[in-house]
Amino acid sequence: MKFAIVVNEGPYTHQASDTAYHFTKAALQSGHQIFRVFFYHDGIHNGTRLSSPPQDERNIVKRWSELARQHNLDLVVCVAAAQRRGLVDAAEQKRAGKDTHNIAPGFRISGLGQLIEAGIQCERLIAFGD
Amino acid sequence: MTETPATAAVSAHVVKKFMYINRRAPHGSNYAQEGLEVALIGAAFAQQVVIAFIDDGVFQLKTNQDPKAIGVKNFTAAFGALADYEIQKIFVEQESLSQRGLTAADLMPLVYEDPDDEGAEKQMIHIVDQRALADIIAQQDVLLNF
Repeated sequence: MKFAIVVNEGPYTHQASDTAYHFTKAALQSGHQIFRVFFYHDGIHNGTRLSSPPQDERNIVKRWSELARQHNLDLVVCVAAAQRRGLVDAAEQKRAGKDTHNIAPGFRISGLGQLIEAGIQCERLIAFGD
Repeated sequence: MTETPATAAVSAHVVKKFMYINRRAPHGSNYAQEGLEVALIGAAFAQQVVIAFIDDGVFQLKTNQDPKAIGVKNFTAAFGALADYEIQKIFVEQESLSQRGLTAADLMPLVYEDPDDEGAEKQMIHIVDQRALADIIAQQDVLLNF
């Protein structure tokens, strides 16, 4: 089955991103297709490479990046939500005149159209978090 | 930004029923505003879109909102533009209104021009009970909650 995953909460505060990760991993292991993982609202914070949790804790951002690398996943962060909250890629850094960018490997910033398209293309769209 | 401009055109031949369900009050969190942004952007994809308001979400449609004093933008003015985005149906749950002491008269008078009826102005807001709304939700293909 072709799934779209939506993550609406940031890392750590809520379980949503963990559950989305475990669901995505389990779906891939079962031979399903993950068309896209779309990060919206505070979910965009899952895509910051500047996250550095204690070493004996899970690294939620790194875990997403590694899963993306292993399975060629499309991890998309909503541009409007990212601009509000300060998640920046190289292009956005240049556009907005910021002194750095902070997007983690495997993530890309794009528009809400990517969410709608995922809803159209997939047999199931599953949202995690409020 | 890496969005492909062709995305909307490529997907246009598939038409699904999308419902955006708004469950929260307008200004205490950003969900309502970002939910509306999805509805407006989604219009470019020519899908069958309806919007529902339940629980505290019914407060989003309240007339005469003025959140200046708390320093936030009154994004709810944009509900008046939904008709320009080809959104014609808004469902409001009757029980949610009643529980909050609201009636139809408290809601924004949103209208659209019906192309199938010589452009006659029609009401966008339909107040339905929980059971009817459950049936409508069951008919949808894609549900997004805000």
